[in-house]
Amino acid sequence: MESIAPPSKGSIANLSPDVLETPPLSLGQLTWRRFRRHKMANFGAIMLILLVLYAFGGAFVFSEAYANKTETGARLQAPSREHPFGTDTVGRDILARTIYGGQISILIGLTAMLVELVIGVTVGAISGFFGGLIDSLLMRITEAVIVIPQIFLLLVMAKYFAASIPNITILGRTFSGSVVVIILVIGVTTWPYLARIVRSQFLSIKENDFILAARATGTSTSEIIFRHILPNSIAPIIVSGTLSVASAITLEAYISFLGLGVRPPTATWGNMLEGAYNYIETAWWLWFFPGALIALIVLSINFVGDGLRDALDPHSRAI
Amino acid sequence: MNRRQVILDLKDLRTRFHIAEGTVYAVNGVSLTLHECETIAIVGESGCGKSVTMLSVMGLIPVPPGEIVSGQAFYRGRDLLAMSEAEMEHIRGKELAMVFQDPMTALNPVLTIGRQISEPLRVHLNMDHATAQQRVVELLEQVGIPDPKNRMNDYPHQFSGGMRQRAMLAMALACAPSVLIADEPTTALDVTIQAQIIELVTRLRDALCMAVIWITHDLGVVAGLAERVIVMYAGLVVEEASVDELYDDPRHPYTLALLAALPRIDRRRDRRLKSIPGAPPNLLVMPHGCPFAPRCEFVFDRCRAETPPLLPVAIEHRARCWYDVVNGKPFE
Repeated sequence: MESIAPPSKGSIANLSPDVLETPPLSLGQLTWRRFRRHKMANFGAIMLILLVLYAFGGAFVFSEAYANKTETGARLQAPSREHPFGTDTVGRDILARTIYGGQISILIGLTAMLVELVIGVTVGAISGFFGGLIDSLLMRITEAVIVIPQIFLLLVMAKYFAASIPNITILGRTFSGSVVVIILVIGVTTWPYLARIVRSQFLSIKENDFILAARATGTSTSEIIFRHILPNSIAPIIVSGTLSVASAITLEAYISFLGLGVRPPTATWGNMLEGAYNYIETAWWLWFFPGALIALIVLSINFVGDGLRDALDPHSRAI
Repeated sequence: MNRRQVILDLKDLRTRFHIAEGTVYAVNGVSLTLHECETIAIVGESGCGKSVTMLSVMGLIPVPPGEIVSGQAFYRGRDLLAMSEAEMEHIRGKELAMVFQDPMTALNPVLTIGRQISEPLRVHLNMDHATAQQRVVELLEQVGIPDPKNRMNDYPHQFSGGMRQRAMLAMALACAPSVLIADEPTTALDVTIQAQIIELVTRLRDALCMAVIWITHDLGVVAGLAERVIVMYAGLVVEEASVDELYDDPRHPYTLALLAALPRIDRRRDRRLKSIPGAPPNLLVMPHGCPFAPRCEFVFDRCRAETPPLLPVAIEHRARCWYDVVNGKPFE
């Protein structure tokens, strides 16, 4: 053993990285780099930013009162200089309504995603980490929610709860209570898929040596769940969260189209379609503008989600 | 005689795993003592219960499927096996620290090295961020990581295997534990790095007066490191002696066979190394008689019928065998 030199400063100096070597990139930097090279994702991201600017910036041009103002004399007008997107069946300006409707649609998408994340991640994490009886119980509940057709559940819940919530005022704006109902209903029906993803992540990550090592240093269970396992499973959660914004917007449009979603006068891209089917041939502008906006936002969110999936994949060697 | 104080006293530990195929009798009554500042080595083939013994002591056996059937592990007089999980969390990483075999997987890939080393500092010593950062730099310096101020912000994938094992050591040593359990810490490393890590542990052990339990299957590593050696087979201690005594005067046929399988610089080179025929026993069956009997060259009737006790064969030297290999005949 005498032959081994004590590791003085000099003898280990050769372990230090070459000064010319480029500094290693962190996980975030790598992800950003890969994302930037993904053409469709870039297109999606730019489109998404433009849509958000449209919905939230447009509010400075038109007031909400204008968007909700009915003018029976000017109903079903084709796009013109005064009403670029035309007017609807009660004479409201469609351009202004797509702006305010966009806000609600985007908010519903984001908050429904948050509800889904909170329930899905909690259920999946508890189930995957603790296993055993708790796992069986939670997974049976999850399956129970999955086996009920989602649309059916959505419609029943929307109809059942819609009347019971009064209007609410947030940030000086009044929302129809049905907005909250829709958010909760979408969140409560979409979490099972996320819960399964998170559960499978937890099942595999908790078996890693570094979890054992963390326990061996006295780390508590909650720290292991939140600081060690969750950050390791963040990639699929982000991707699934992104995509669920798109699906929440679609679902909202779907139930609103059937007349069970957000109640007028609060506009959403979905409820602007309600009733438009009577005018498919005679007044195309009724369905074209909100429909196109829904299609665009869903498409661009899906592109972004796709790009994120590739960028966050640790096995992806593309830099 | 050893006049230092006993710091860890393990008595008759039995650990089992209940799996679909039946019950795995992993540890079948292990007793050992560890004194302050002492280094002991636990050697044996894969699957002979070395790691399970130590994981049981640390309370890291998953229950179920694991079950600690009996035994006590007194750490400074307190039984670790009787402690609640909350009490153990205060012991783990503070009093007893552990280093694992594969440094490539034992660090969390998404947290920085500094963040992981500061974890025990935050958990056990309630250090604030700045103090902890400062201590991390000291620790990294102590284990020989160059440029610790910058390297602590690196992620594990930016470290080499040897550096990761050094970081693991820094993490284990953060709270200056009294006992360091090293579970084959050099197996995954190449020999030069292995030598560096061993040298580092020896140096830190002497500086901190830390007791070390070094689990390994490499008898060559043991020679320069440990004071006492415990040889395990099929979840049993089969021989226990000081390191010199074990090499000069091995008494258990298994130890003899292990040493015969080891290349030695002071031995003739034209002789072939001997391998041990057969495989370790299937622990799904409770060993009946001496577990080494099927592979033993000195086996006789009594071996198959009765499990031998750990018999004293010399001063501070015990072996679990019915056969006296020195005189070439069974004990009376």
